[in-house]
Amino acid sequence: MALKIVKGSIDRMFDKNLQDLVRGIRNHKEDEAKYISTCIDEIKQELKQDNIAVKANAVCKLTYLQMLGYDISWAAFNIVEVMSSSKFTYKRIGYLAASQCFHEGTDVIMLTTNQIRKDLSSPNQYDTGVALTGLSCFVTPDLARDLANDIMTLMSHTKPYIRKKAVLIMYKVFLKYPESLRPAFPRLKEKLEDPDPGVQSAAVNVICELARRNPKNYLSLAPLFFKLMTSSTNNWVLIKIIKLFGALTPLEPRLGKKLIEPLTNLIHRLVITLHRASVEKNVCLIGLVLPIVCVCVCVSNAVLISLSSGMPNHSASIQTVPHCLYVSLVTVKYLGLLAMSKILKTHPKSVQSHKDLILQCLDDKDESIRLRALDLLYGMVSKKNLMEIVKKLMLHVDKAEGTTYRDELLTKIIDICSQSNYQYITNFEWYISILVELTRLEGTRHGHLIASQMLDVAIRVKAIRGFAVAQMAMLLDSGHLLTGNMQRNGICEVLYAAAWICGEFSEHLDDPMQTLEAMLRPKVASLPGHIQAVYVQNAAKLFATVLQKHEGATDSQAAQDTSQLLIERLPLFVQSANLEVQERASCILQLVKYIQKLQQKDVEVAEEVSALFAGELNPVAPKAQKKVPVPEGLDLDAWINEPPSESESEDEKPKAVFAKEEPKQSRARHIEVDEKELARRREARKQEQANNPFYIKSSPSSQKVYQDAPGVEHIPVVQIDLSVPLKVPGMPMSEQYLKLEEERRQKERADKKKKDKKKKKREKRGKGKRDDSGPESEEDITPAHQVDIVTEEMPENALPSDDDDKDPNDPHKALDIDLDKYVPSAENTLHKVTVCMLHAEKQGDLSITRHFLVFLVPLLVQKSLKNKKKKQKKEKDEKKKKKRHHHHHHHGDGGGGDSVQNGTVEEEEEEEPLPVSRFLPITEQKNTVYDIQGNLQDGSQVVVSVIFENKSNSFLKSMEFNVLDSLNSKLQRPEGASPHDGLVVPFQLPPGVSNEARFVFSVQSIVMPQKLKGTLTFIVKSEDSSTHEKLDFKLHFTCTSYLITTPCYSDAYAKLLESGDLKSSSLKLEGLNMPFHHLLARICFHHHFSVVERIDSCASMYSRSIQGHHVCLLVKTVSS
Amino acid sequence: MRFMLLFSRQGKLRLQKWYVPLSDPQKKKISREVIQMVLARKPKMCSFLEWRDLKIVYKRYASLYFCCAVEDQENELITLEIIHRYVELLDKYFGSVCELDIIFNFEKAYYILDEFILGGEAQETSKKIVLKAIEQADMLQEVGPIYFMKAFSARWAI
Repeated sequence: MALKIVKGSIDRMFDKNLQDLVRGIRNHKEDEAKYISTCIDEIKQELKQDNIAVKANAVCKLTYLQMLGYDISWAAFNIVEVMSSSKFTYKRIGYLAASQCFHEGTDVIMLTTNQIRKDLSSPNQYDTGVALTGLSCFVTPDLARDLANDIMTLMSHTKPYIRKKAVLIMYKVFLKYPESLRPAFPRLKEKLEDPDPGVQSAAVNVICELARRNPKNYLSLAPLFFKLMTSSTNNWVLIKIIKLFGALTPLEPRLGKKLIEPLTNLIHRLVITLHRASVEKNVCLIGLVLPIVCVCVCVSNAVLISLSSGMPNHSASIQTVPHCLYVSLVTVKYLGLLAMSKILKTHPKSVQSHKDLILQCLDDKDESIRLRALDLLYGMVSKKNLMEIVKKLMLHVDKAEGTTYRDELLTKIIDICSQSNYQYITNFEWYISILVELTRLEGTRHGHLIASQMLDVAIRVKAIRGFAVAQMAMLLDSGHLLTGNMQRNGICEVLYAAAWICGEFSEHLDDPMQTLEAMLRPKVASLPGHIQAVYVQNAAKLFATVLQKHEGATDSQAAQDTSQLLIERLPLFVQSANLEVQERASCILQLVKYIQKLQQKDVEVAEEVSALFAGELNPVAPKAQKKVPVPEGLDLDAWINEPPSESESEDEKPKAVFAKEEPKQSRARHIEVDEKELARRREARKQEQANNPFYIKSSPSSQKVYQDAPGVEHIPVVQIDLSVPLKVPGMPMSEQYLKLEEERRQKERADKKKKDKKKKKREKRGKGKRDDSGPESEEDITPAHQVDIVTEEMPENALPSDDDDKDPNDPHKALDIDLDKYVPSAENTLHKVTVCMLHAEKQGDLSITRHFLVFLVPLLVQKSLKNKKKKQKKEKDEKKKKKRHHHHHHHGDGGGGDSVQNGTVEEEEEEEPLPVSRFLPITEQKNTVYDIQGNLQDGSQVVVSVIFENKSNSFLKSMEFNVLDSLNSKLQRPEGASPHDGLVVPFQLPPGVSNEARFVFSVQSIVMPQKLKGTLTFIVKSEDSSTHEKLDFKLHFTCTSYLITTPCYSDAYAKLLESGDLKSSSLKLEGLNMPFHHLLARICFHHHFSVVERIDSCASMYSRSIQGHHVCLLVKTVSS
Repeated sequence: MRFMLLFSRQGKLRLQKWYVPLSDPQKKKISREVIQMVLARKPKMCSFLEWRDLKIVYKRYASLYFCCAVEDQENELITLEIIHRYVELLDKYFGSVCELDIIFNFEKAYYILDEFILGGEAQETSKKIVLKAIEQADMLQEVGPIYFMKAFSARWAI
């Protein structure tokens, strides 16, 4: 033994340690890779040795190599070995290595579960600490599930060191295993008031993170956080809490009011220091002010006004922020801009006054600051200043160095202009000019973006088409300028838009012939294929227009010349390598040849040719397709035909060499759709095609169909104010619009004055107003020409869906759990109450009881509260409206005239299931979830059905169910059994299996609610051992359990009330802040009432006991 | 916080901590990208960068860049404060820390970071408590192996 130790240490002396390795690497700068590969070989040797110290050393070196970018995943198993060393020294190294290189795909993670569990329960807090730290880096869903309970116990560890880590790591566990949130939440809440500040701040951290994602579930914690905020002196915690309130206030406006005082105090304190403090200190303080401002932004507007008007402090802070911009310290500058973007939402004026300052920031060397400033500008634009701001931006575009920033500017300009449906654009001619100017940018990647804007504007703003077409024609004419270096930049995409616009709206062209000529220049052949295709197609459209123009004219020569031109030029495209271009060109070529023949015979063809391209286009909303409702009875997931068998599809694959076969196959699949469906689809497809600007119309018939469709007549008629010249000769210069606009506005102002004086014809003006109404001051600015922006179309009966933008992969979605609702699945099945699920661990019966209580108590309180509430309501009602309402307990045949709380006497018939009880059961690592239903049966019997679910990994057997009988209720046992014997549950439970058992109780009286205590004993059988376990629970029978939901008509109800057979009582409950309809829903659900009539905050409800006793209830809310 | 990187002016990674599990190639790609971006910035620029949907907050201390990536809603100043706090911790622990300290005792740097930040959240704001925990854990660590002795003798003997 001794020899071995000596030998080990001698071995070690020859080993390279980490320092040697690092030094070695530094000394082998030229052949680093070679040196490291020899090192890795050595490490591999070391890992083979038995000595754990050597192994740990090797793993430590590997961790270093991993950082340098070398793959060490092959050593994962060795890392686990080192992790499981009993010595802290090595364990620490092992966990570090694991946390650096394990990820979800690492398969050895499975092996670590037990080791981690052991470490978590180690008496040495540092063992637990490293395990928790490591776990936080590589926790997987499996680990989270298996260890959630262990970590939860650690949350109440005696050492704050462990508690704090355990609390923080719970967040990671929640993300991986959302089910653990509910059971862990009460304890997490507890930790908010932990005596140790570290633990407290950890809990605040976790809850803030959770709440930021799903704030509504954490509203109930607001008072607690409020207390923390006013008492805490730790700025870190403070910032977190304020941020949390920022998320909560939009949901609960009252919270905002409450926050005013503490926040203003805080701001006051900060502002004072802010004025005094040095610049460096400002940085930190703004850090605090920032989240506060965010909260203020969230607080409802009214509150804000009171904040800024009533309390000077707040506005002081707003004024302070812009000060920062003068400071040269860039960081402060950045933060100032950030703060301004938050303030902007509520105090746009105070920000807008700093516009010049912000524009200056565009010149900053720092890109981060420039981008921030751009962001701010985006929010700042209004109808008034849009042109000015964009003009400044255009200047920057010219100056900007580096394509990335220039591209960013370009996209921002387009974003700014197109935001909220072109809300701020008053003059679209100006916008088109801007777009055209942007095409002259060199080397931009965003040709496509500009093109789509051009298309969008031309299609949606009808009034602008004439102008747009003229501009586009010019673009096409000078296309060679763009194509100069077009292969490299994406700007030639613009020509795609230009060609399409010219073609589609060719009726607006002055000289279509010239444009046509421009589109068929040989140079075009060097454009990308998809653009050439559009060129060819639109040349045909232009051709149609030209024909129409010349038709009927005495000299048909011009038309024939056009045909000749096409016939001469098109062959160039027929030879194109691009299939699309080739196909279209040869098609059109043949068509033109045919037309030429007809022309020579003097046949009038223009009509027919233009019919090829007839029809109006409408923009379709991007989401329109998604929103088409699925017709009833159509299951999109169902197979239409039997799915082809595996082998079959494999056989077919090699055949499908030609692309064309694909669509054929899929068409064949659709064949069996019934005729109606087919017709519908065809219709839909046609409509879609007609609406798609990029779709080449196949036949005029499709247009007809479309024109019948509703919506077309809604396209507003355009009025053009001729005070602005519609045509600007030459290339457009956006700047002239600024001047024009200024003049126009002045003129308008003058006009308005006149008009106001004469008070004449105000109607006309009112009519043309657009839907969106900006701030009042902006309404003065009327658009240059009344432009109606065609809204994008949505399908009829589009489904309203709010969750469009939610990312289905967001892990936080799973954490959207309503924590106040203790009965999760209750709402799902009426009559079935899933009671509670609890994952906890048994450490003696005490702990079970504790967990049990944690969950059960609020549950029961809730339940009894409701009873009380109801009673009190009744009382209140009685007071308020003695005459009209009664609460009655009618005892059918005069049986037992006593008025009962809210139950009825039970007896008799019917097997009506009703929720009876709830309880909570836990075993060691195995969680048994119980789900209970109750049944009423013949005679005075109740059937309680219990769903046992084994959530553990072990086998459960020999289950015995026993209840301590009360005077009133007795568990029915087989004859001959003593009243203390348990009933054997007639099945065993393998892991993950659930089963239902029914137990019959005999009940004497159901006038009183009651609880029965019971025990479940069972044997847990795992591979190597089996233990006997016990589980306590309670069954809770309420009086309303014996009611049956029965609908009642209001006239029958009125009769019943008039009969005078009913007894009544009432009660009042205070402090309820649930919406009334929720309250009703709860009463209906939990107590089996149905609403007969509801008027505002007053509702009549009805129910019947199993015996047929009538129960009438009037619920009313009275505002204090 | 998504991840933290320490790297030298030459772009050599000195420490990396990932609070989201990613595969090695992904990590490599991201860190290469981030390092390039940060190194391209001039000294007088601000400490914040927007990158993908994250914010990069970085600060340079002597020859080392400390760089954190945080979510969009995160307060960048707190992040800056976290970086600074970590540097202070290193400084206290190593005694006026330099790049070489972190190179040769990189595991220590990790241990300190782990005591300070857990799962991407600051777990302890008190420097004293963090250092105490580290010291106690160090005491537990056997002083047996020679190489650990070597590692410390230089540092602790002063």
